[in-house]
Amino acid sequence: MKIGVFICHCGLNIGGVVDIPKVLEALSGYDSLGHVTDYRYMCSDPGQQLIKDAIRDKGLTGVVVAACSPAMHESTFRRTTEAASLNPFRCEMANIREQCSWPHRGEPEKATQKALEIIKASVEKVRKNQELSPLSIPVTRQALVIGGGIAGMQAALDIADAGYNVALVERLPYIGGHMAQLSETFPTLDCSQCILTPKSSEVGSHPNIDLFTNSEIHAISGYVGNFDVVIRRKAAYVNWDVCNGCGLCMEKCPVKTDSDFELRLAKTKAVSIAFPQAVPNRPVINSEVCRHFTQGKCGVCEKVCPVGAINFRQEDAIIDRKVGAVVVATGYDLHPKTRVGEYGYGVAKDVIDGLEFERLNSASGPTQGEIRRPSDGKIPKEVVFIQCVGSRDQENGYPYCSKICCMYTAKHARLYKHKVPDGQPYVFYMDIRAGGKGYEEFVQRATEEEGVLYLRGRVSRVFEEDGKIVVFGVDTLSNKKVEIHADMVVLATAIVPAHGQTELARLLKISTDEWGFLSEAHPKLRPVESLTRGIYIAGCAQAPKDIPDSVTQAGSAAAKVLALFSSDTLSHTPEVAVVDEEICRGCGLCVEVCAYDARTLDMRRNLAVVNEVLCEGCGACQVACPSGATCQRNMDTAQVMSMIDAVI
Amino acid sequence: MVYSYFPGCTLRAKAKGFESSTLASCEVLGVCLEELEEWQCCGATFPLQIDNSFPLVSPTRTLASAKKAGRELVTLCSACLNVLKRTNHVIREDLDKREKVCAFIEEDYSGEVEVLHFLEILRDEIGFEALARKVVAPLSGLPVAAYYGCLLLRPPEEVGIDDPEAPKVLEDFLLALGCDPVDYPYKTECCGSYVVLQPGEPAMSPSRLVVESAKSRGAKVIVTSCPLCQFNLDYAQSGSVERGENAVPVVYFTQLLAAALGFGEEILQFDGHIVPPGLIFQSVGVGGCGGLT
Amino acid sequence: MKLSREVIHTEDKRKLQDISGEEILSCYQCGKCSAGCAMTSAMDLLPHQVIRLLQLGQVQEALDSKTIWVCASCLACSARCPRGMSLPNVMESLRSTFLRPGDRCLNPAEIPYELLEIVPEQALVAAFRKYT
Ligand SMILES: Cc1cc2nc3c(=O)[nH]c(=O)nc-3n(C[C@H](O)[C@H](O)[C@H](O)COP(=O)(O)OP(=O)(O)OC[C@H]3O[C@@H](n4cnc5c(N)ncnc54)[C@H](O)[C@@H]3O)c2cc1C
Ligand code: SF4
Ligand code: SF4
Ligand code: SF4
Repeated sequence: MKIGVFICHCGLNIGGVVDIPKVLEALSGYDSLGHVTDYRYMCSDPGQQLIKDAIRDKGLTGVVVAACSPAMHESTFRRTTEAASLNPFRCEMANIREQCSWPHRGEPEKATQKALEIIKASVEKVRKNQELSPLSIPVTRQALVIGGGIAGMQAALDIADAGYNVALVERLPYIGGHMAQLSETFPTLDCSQCILTPKSSEVGSHPNIDLFTNSEIHAISGYVGNFDVVIRRKAAYVNWDVCNGCGLCMEKCPVKTDSDFELRLAKTKAVSIAFPQAVPNRPVINSEVCRHFTQGKCGVCEKVCPVGAINFRQEDAIIDRKVGAVVVATGYDLHPKTRVGEYGYGVAKDVIDGLEFERLNSASGPTQGEIRRPSDGKIPKEVVFIQCVGSRDQENGYPYCSKICCMYTAKHARLYKHKVPDGQPYVFYMDIRAGGKGYEEFVQRATEEEGVLYLRGRVSRVFEEDGKIVVFGVDTLSNKKVEIHADMVVLATAIVPAHGQTELARLLKISTDEWGFLSEAHPKLRPVESLTRGIYIAGCAQAPKDIPDSVTQAGSAAAKVLALFSSDTLSHTPEVAVVDEEICRGCGLCVEVCAYDARTLDMRRNLAVVNEVLCEGCGACQVACPSGATCQRNMDTAQVMSMIDAVI
Repeated sequence: MVYSYFPGCTLRAKAKGFESSTLASCEVLGVCLEELEEWQCCGATFPLQIDNSFPLVSPTRTLASAKKAGRELVTLCSACLNVLKRTNHVIREDLDKREKVCAFIEEDYSGEVEVLHFLEILRDEIGFEALARKVVAPLSGLPVAAYYGCLLLRPPEEVGIDDPEAPKVLEDFLLALGCDPVDYPYKTECCGSYVVLQPGEPAMSPSRLVVESAKSRGAKVIVTSCPLCQFNLDYAQSGSVERGENAVPVVYFTQLLAAALGFGEEILQFDGHIVPPGLIFQSVGVGGCGGLT
Repeated sequence: MKLSREVIHTEDKRKLQDISGEEILSCYQCGKCSAGCAMTSAMDLLPHQVIRLLQLGQVQEALDSKTIWVCASCLACSARCPRGMSLPNVMESLRSTFLRPGDRCLNPAEIPYELLEIVPEQALVAAFRKYT
C-alpha cells in the first residue's frame, strides 16, 4: 500500500489555524506514505491535478485528502481519483476544517495536533479500504403524483408529455384543487376557471395520465426507482365508466345538503358533481346523507339513470401500481376560522374567510358572482378585510407569513370595488408583502385607483351588533384607535398544510417541518427534493405559495423525475451495511434501529438481511448488533480499531 | 448677446445690489439686458391650487410682453425664475388654463418665450472658462458656500437649471472667479422662505442650520440668487452679529462676480446686509475691492 | 375614531382634492417627505401625518394643525416623493380651505415694524398670498 496525503489550506480557513508545514513534517516519517504535499485550494483544477499526477507518477494505491467535510467534496476527490485510474473508494477525506480548524480557531497548537491525528486515522482507514463498485438499481419509468391541484396537475402533465406514464391520485372527486374555487386571480385578474379548465381537461384526456380521483394512497413501500403503491379508490356508488354525466340523478335527488365546494354557502344534492366544469364530470353519492343509505329507501337516481350507472353496492377499489418516482403536491387548507374567537367567526355569519369570498365573487358561485353577504343576502356597502389572521402570530397561531394573503386581499378589495362601486373596502394589515412580478403595482392600484383604504394595524375584536359587524382596530400610522361598523368582514386566515398531510408524509417516510409542511432536502439548492430519494415535493404542500410559484415548482419536480427516468438503472453507494451470516443470530435488534427500513429478518434462515439499496450506510445497525455480525463496507471493526490506535 | 430682462420688485427695492452688480458685470461681459417695457410683480410664489387660474394672470402678462420683444427672457431672482418658468409650463401644457388666462388678459400667448436664469447665461452662453479670463481681481482662495435653496432647482422637471440633489452650476461659477467652493450638505435645504412672517413663529431654525453647516465646512461667505434666501440667512445671524460672534456674510452671486471683475462698493452695494461683507473681501485681499468696508 | 364611508368621503375632502389636484390615497406613507422637510421643528404634525389624516377623512384635524402654516412650499418633499404626490399642493389646498371664506392667518398690522423695514418685498407678497 502506497498512500498519498494531500493537505488543503482552504485559503486561511485551514491554513490560518493549522500549522501545515508542521503537519507535513510530522507525517514525513509515517509508515508507508508514498507522497505528502499541501496546496492552497485542493479542490481547484490545479489542486486536483496534483492528486492525479501523484497517483500516476508515484503509483499511489490510496489517497487521503485532508480538507473540508466529505459532504462537501468527497465526490469531487473520488472522481479525481477515478480519473487517475484508482478505485474511487480508495480515496478518503480527513475533515480538518469543520472538525478542526473552524471549532479550534483560538487554539492553533492543539488544532495542529488534532489535524495530524485526524489525518493519521484516515490513513489507517484507507490502508484497509477495499476496492468497491457502485450498486446498480433498476428504474420503473412510471410516476405517481399525489394531489391534483394546480401543482400536481402541472407535474403530471410535464412528466406525461415527456412520454412516461403517470398515476395522478386526488382524494376529491375532481381535480383542480383550490384553484377551482377561485374567482379571478392576481396579478392579472384573469378568471381562474378559464385558465384552469384547459389544463384539467388535458389531464383528464392525456393518454399517459391515469387519473384516480376520489382516491387515496393506501400504502406505499419500496425505494427510489421501485416503489410499490396501493391506491384506494373510494366508492362513488356510480359506475363512472357507464355514466355519461347527464345529471338527471342530481336533478331528481330529493336530498339537499351543504355543498363542500361552495364552502357551505350553497346547497347541493346527495348525488352531485361539485361544479359544472369538474374533471372528471361524474357524480358521487354522499352516503352520509343519501336516503338510500340513511333510511334504506328512495333510490330515485337509480330509477332515473338512463344508462343504469347507479350502483349502491359499489365498494372501494384497491389498485396496485409500481412507480419509480413520486411527486407529492397535496396543497393546503385554511386555518380554521373558528379558532380565532376574537374575530367572531362561526358566531357572526357575515364574517367569512378568503375562500368564501372567492365563492361569493364567482360567477358560478352561490350568488352568481354578486357580492351578497351570507346572513341576509344584502349587498355589503362597507367591507373590512383583515390580513395576517393566524399568520405571523407566534403566540396564537403560526409564526410564519402565509405569503399569498396580502396579494389576495388586495385582489378581493379591488374585485369588491368593481362589483360595488359605491362600497368602501378597508384593509387592516401589518405590512404589505407584494414581492412578485407586477405585484407591488397591483397593490398600489388598489389604493390609488380603487380607493381601498389600508389601515396599518391588527384588529382586536369583531362582533355583531344591530345587523352590523363591529370591528375594533387601530391605525398605527395616525396613532388612532379605529372603529368600523361594517356589513361584512373577510379574514385572510393562515395557510396550513392539507389535513392528513402529516400522516401521508409518515407513510412516504418523508419529513415535515413543525407545522406539517413537507421539508425540502436543502432550502436553497434542493428545493423540490425530499430527503428520501425519488420523492419530490411541489406547491403549497411545501410552503404557502401562489399559483405561479406552485407551477414553477411543479415543473421543476417533474424535471427531477425525468432526470431520474433518463436511464434504466441508478447507481447507489456500495458503502452500506453487510451481515456476516456465520455470526448473525437473527435477534432482529438491527431491524428495529434502522431508520430506512433497509433491514428485514429472514425467518427461514433466522438471519438479518440488508436491502442494500435502501441502506444509507449510517451505521446504526453496526452499533446495535450485540454479536458483531454487522459492519459497514470500508468501515469494519478492524478499520475502526486501527483508526483509534493511530490517534492514541 | 441681447436678452429681455425681468428685474422683479425686490431688486428694485431691498435687493438693489443684486441688480447693480449684475448690470455692471454685463457690460464687461458683453451681455445686454434689455428691461421689458411692461412688467408686473410675478406674484412671488407659484400658485399651488389647480382650480384657480387667477394668480397666473400677472406672470403670463409678463411673458406675453416678452414674446412681443421677441427675445429670451432673463431673470436674476430665483423666485421670479420659478414663477415665470412654471407659469410658462402651465400655459404650454394646459390648454384650458391657457385659454382662460389669455382671454382674460386679451393676449395671444402659448408659451413661446424661453425663460432663463442669469446663471444659465454665464454657464451656457458665455461659458465659465471665458468668464475666468475676464476676471481681473480673482477672489483667490476665498472659501464660499453656494446656497441654492429651493426655487432654482424645484420642481426639477419644470424649472431645474441643474441636478436637483447635486447641483454644481454655482460651484463652477465660483471656481471661475478663483474662489474655493465649500461643499456642505445643506445647500439645497429650504431657508424657511416667507414663514419668517408668521406671527410668533421665528422659523429661523432652518436658516440657522444652513448657515451652521456652511460655517462648519469652513465657509467665509455664502452666495445665493434669491433675495429672500439672502435675507433669511442673514437675518438668522443678526443675534450673532450683535453678540460679536463669528458670522458669515450672505451675498448675491453677482456681487462676487462684479468684485472679481474689478468693481467697487458703489456697484456692489452692500447696504441692507446684516452681516457686513466688506471685511471678508479685504481679508482675502481682493485688489479691485480696496476701500470696501 | 369611527370610520365609515361618510367619514372618509366628505365634501371637504373632495374639495381638497379639487383644489390640489392630488389623489390623497396615492400616498403610501413611506415618510420620505417628512424625513426631508426643513420645517418640521416648527410643525405639530409631520407632513405625511397630515396626508394620513386626510386619507382617513379627518379634514378638520388637518386644518387645525400648525403644520399647514409652517410649510414653506419649498417642494423638497414633492421632488422626492416616490408616489409623485405633490404634498405642497395639498398643504395649499388646506390653507385655501381656511382662507377662501375670507379668514386670514396673518394680520399685516401685526407684522413688527422692525421686520417690515428690512424684509424683502418678495416675502411680503408671498406671505400675503399664503396667509390671507
Ligand atoms: C382566498 C385565496 C385566494 C387566492 N388567490 C390567488 C390568486 O389570485 N392568484 C394566485 O396565484 N394564487 C392565489 N391563491 C393561492 C392558490 O390557491 C395556490 O397557490 C394554489 O392553489 C396551490 O396549488 P396546490 O396544487 O399546491 O394546492 P391545492 O390547490 O390545495 O391542491 C392540492 C390538492 O391535493 C389534494 N390532496 C390533499 N391531500 C391529499 C391526499 N392526502 N391525497 C390525495 N390528494 C390530496 C387536494 O384535495 C387538492 O386537490 C389564493 C389562495 C387563497 C386561499
Ligand atoms: S402574506 Fe401578508 S397577510 Fe399574509 S401572513 Fe404574510 S404579511 Fe400577513
Ligand atoms: S413621500 Fe410621498 S408617498 Fe411618502 S409619505 Fe410623503 S407624500 Fe406619502
Ligand atoms: S413644501 Fe412644505 S411640507 Fe414640503 S418639505 Fe417644504 S415645508 Fe415641508
